[in-house]
Amino acid sequence: MSNFLETSLAELQTGLRNRDFSSRELTEFFLNRIDEKDGEIKAFLSLAPKKALKKAEEADKRFASGDENLPPLLGIPLAVKDVLAVEGLPATAGSKILEGFMPPYTSTAVSKLLDAGMIVLGKTNTDEFAMGSSTENSAYFTSRNPWDTSRVPGGSSGGSAASVASQMAPFALGTDTGGSVRQPAAFCGVTGLKPTYGRVSRYGLIAYGSSLDSVGVFGRSAADSAALFSVMAGKDPLDATSLDMPVPEINLNGSTNLKGMKIGVPKEYFVEGIQAAVEEKVREAIKQFESLGAEIIDVQLPHTQYAVPVYYLIAPAEASANLARFDGVRYGLRVENDDVIEMVKESRGAGFGEEVKRRIMLGTYALSSGYYDAYYGQAQKVRTLIQNDFLEVYKTVDMIAAPVAPTTAFKIGMHTDDPLAMYLEDVYTLPANLAGVPGLAFPVGFDQKNLPIGMQLMGRHFEEEKLFHAVHAYQNDTNWHTKSPKV
Amino acid sequence: MPEYEIVIGLETHIQLNTETKIFCACKADSWEEEPNTNICPVCSGLPGVLPVPNAAVAEKAVLLAQAMNAEVQTDSYFDRKNYFYPDLPKGYQITQYDQPIATGGYLDLPMGDYTRRVEIEKLHIEEDAGKTKKEGNRRFIDFNRCGVPLIEMVTGPNLRSADEAAEYLIRLRQLLRWLNISEANMEKAHLRADANVSIRLKGEDKLNTKTEIKNVNSIEAVRTAIQKEAKRQIKEVEDGNDIKPWTLDWDEDTEMLSKMRSKETEADYRHFKEPDLLKVHVDQAWQDRILKDFPELPLARRQRFVDEYQLPAYDADILTNERSLSDYFEQAVKAYDGDVKRVSNWMINDIQRMLNESGKMAGELKLKPEYLAEIIQLVDSKKVNNPTGKSLLDKVESTGKSPQEIVEAEGLGQVSDTGAIREIAQAIVDENPDQVEKYLGGKDGLIGWFVGQVMQKSQGKANPNMAREILLEIFSEK
Repeated sequence: MSNFLETSLAELQTGLRNRDFSSRELTEFFLNRIDEKDGEIKAFLSLAPKKALKKAEEADKRFASGDENLPPLLGIPLAVKDVLAVEGLPATAGSKILEGFMPPYTSTAVSKLLDAGMIVLGKTNTDEFAMGSSTENSAYFTSRNPWDTSRVPGGSSGGSAASVASQMAPFALGTDTGGSVRQPAAFCGVTGLKPTYGRVSRYGLIAYGSSLDSVGVFGRSAADSAALFSVMAGKDPLDATSLDMPVPEINLNGSTNLKGMKIGVPKEYFVEGIQAAVEEKVREAIKQFESLGAEIIDVQLPHTQYAVPVYYLIAPAEASANLARFDGVRYGLRVENDDVIEMVKESRGAGFGEEVKRRIMLGTYALSSGYYDAYYGQAQKVRTLIQNDFLEVYKTVDMIAAPVAPTTAFKIGMHTDDPLAMYLEDVYTLPANLAGVPGLAFPVGFDQKNLPIGMQLMGRHFEEEKLFHAVHAYQNDTNWHTKSPKV
Repeated sequence: MPEYEIVIGLETHIQLNTETKIFCACKADSWEEEPNTNICPVCSGLPGVLPVPNAAVAEKAVLLAQAMNAEVQTDSYFDRKNYFYPDLPKGYQITQYDQPIATGGYLDLPMGDYTRRVEIEKLHIEEDAGKTKKEGNRRFIDFNRCGVPLIEMVTGPNLRSADEAAEYLIRLRQLLRWLNISEANMEKAHLRADANVSIRLKGEDKLNTKTEIKNVNSIEAVRTAIQKEAKRQIKEVEDGNDIKPWTLDWDEDTEMLSKMRSKETEADYRHFKEPDLLKVHVDQAWQDRILKDFPELPLARRQRFVDEYQLPAYDADILTNERSLSDYFEQAVKAYDGDVKRVSNWMINDIQRMLNESGKMAGELKLKPEYLAEIIQLVDSKKVNNPTGKSLLDKVESTGKSPQEIVEAEGLGQVSDTGAIREIAQAIVDENPDQVEKYLGGKDGLIGWFVGQVMQKSQGKANPNMAREILLEIFSEK
């Protein structure tokens, strides 16, 4: 059997098309890899090997048929974060309250990739309802960082990031409400996109913070991720907030020169609390962008400091309503009780974990009469100021360069007793969600402990393509993204 | 006993007669469906799915707003109203809260010798919840009704009697059907009304503690329930007791009000903007399209029928009760070109009967308004007699042929030829010497019998007045 470690999407596509190897071989390779490695990494909550192999065989038939019109991603495996519904597979959202729930529908992002020929290997671990930065809030288990299994892979899409970093899947989908794609991408040393809000349909994404949620993608490079993104993006009649913007076919050939591109560097992202190695590597990368032709400009995002409090009012408020449907009446966990209100209380009490309960309470409080104006109402106003910061800066620059997280991957258990310290991990990623702009995270080096360091480029609304161009140029010139952990 | 005044406000929920539900593709109407068979992941609140707004709902709301003289808002928003209830699948209801689709508005109720202006305090769109049925210790939930589009419309405390409240509902129901917004059938809960009732001394203008009457499912029941509740409140006050802000449940079978479990605290619904939906944007162009064929409304038309056609208010009321009948009448009037009251009589006596018997709407009759006009004209010009005219109604309806065509084909034309009638009359007189003798002997009433015989012999075609004159002539010669 071939070795598919460190192969690019283009190589996989060519190999399949030339029938150098079959989709079955490819799929089996990753399933075997999962068999070997996932006991340690714990990236997957559930696997679908039989379905995957059946799909792979169907793909191989299509390759053999001589059909000229093959879908672009035919026969290529994918891991899917367990907050995204895939018909016929469990969808737990990392919660006990959804144990055993099988959605009778598929999220639009996944169904577009399935239509393009991809094969779902399984569902990956996540913090419960995507609330967390480490997967430690998963009701099932904590996933491990492939670079150091005593550390977290980041979160909430930690299972997806770890699966790509440890090469148990060539691609994985994640979701990003406050950094949940970019931060685990940074911690695991892979490339991860959070698209513009409204760019990729949220249909089938088990909602956390509806005005912030986005479906993103992990890959080994900007080029790989771009290919999936352009399939997933676009207006969806099933999501009223998805926007009808043209989706570019992203061609990165020749994006090696960044002349004319203006990159802003916000001073608010390089402040006390940032790990020295993180700042050093991010600044080095910015220099690299300059040497590729980009113009580097100092900019200001003055309301950045409010992102954490604003986010932790808005997201829990929306979550408090989004999670109200889990009441034990129609599906999921039910604790029987003759009194229906008691049944609802006990089911929710037993089904939700600590962090979820904390955020439901925070959100309920923020929306309560008498507190609404001071909390939720005020947070909405400051959110507008944060958005305006970005719009102002984008008048002079094309994109903003910043670290993804103040530190590299932390030890499992380090922040579990201090939720506030955990929330502060999100300080650099939250503003993009509050502003609705796209962000692309990618590896730019390692710290002294050989843990990956990530940085992000944040672009104008609907300008994901520019981000891919810039990062592709950078990855063309560097090899951080090609490094793999020894698992 | 001092004189009291009743103060009533009505909170109505109107089920819209759209094809599909407000946020998904399920059918809006589940009346005939088995429980939980008209549901989908969206309306039954599965995780991850999203609401997609039905434009027809906004269109119907704009129509109602226009009819209630309310101001349509270019931008309005959906909000989440949060509360737990087993038949509320998402744990929140999508409704409109602080920026609804329309604001202001009123309806002027004609109350005979006065007009009551009823102000509209709230008009917004929202989704319905499911239904819970309790049987002993068990609960049965039917989610079919979840996501059915509703307009919630609330009046000010402007109504002053049970009759006014009933009249408001009658006029509202008429409007809803007139504009094809709702079937407005209270028995099927298409139109639901809760009544807030308080009393005060006549002449006062403060609002006293009110009670809320729920679960009333007919206009007559609203009238009765309000009367009973006002009477109870007056008795309480007369006895020196306070009125408590109870919610009262109407029992249809016993016609009694009973206290529902009272809320200990004011519910906090924690409203916030629904992030899954964009604002409802009704720009001028869309509004113009919706209102392009906005019809004359029943009360305005009723007044016009009185002013323009000099019809009695009674006639005008009946002829504007329902739009199809009303349009039919106007078309018949136009085609008839004579005394409008004649058309009104035929409408009220004959067309109404035909509609009641067939269950059809006026616009569905094969007897087109032009044909009705033609029949009345045939009678007026004595081309057919009155009974033949009436019989033509059913003949036209069953064949779809024009009255003229039927008259010609069946030889129904009225015989006004004196010679022909005289011949028949003479024969009758000759054949019935006994009756002639009785008549001549002073039994004047028998003339009617002779006319009847002539009519029978002529197969109904003889002009009965001429027959009478000729018979009198023959008898005078005797």
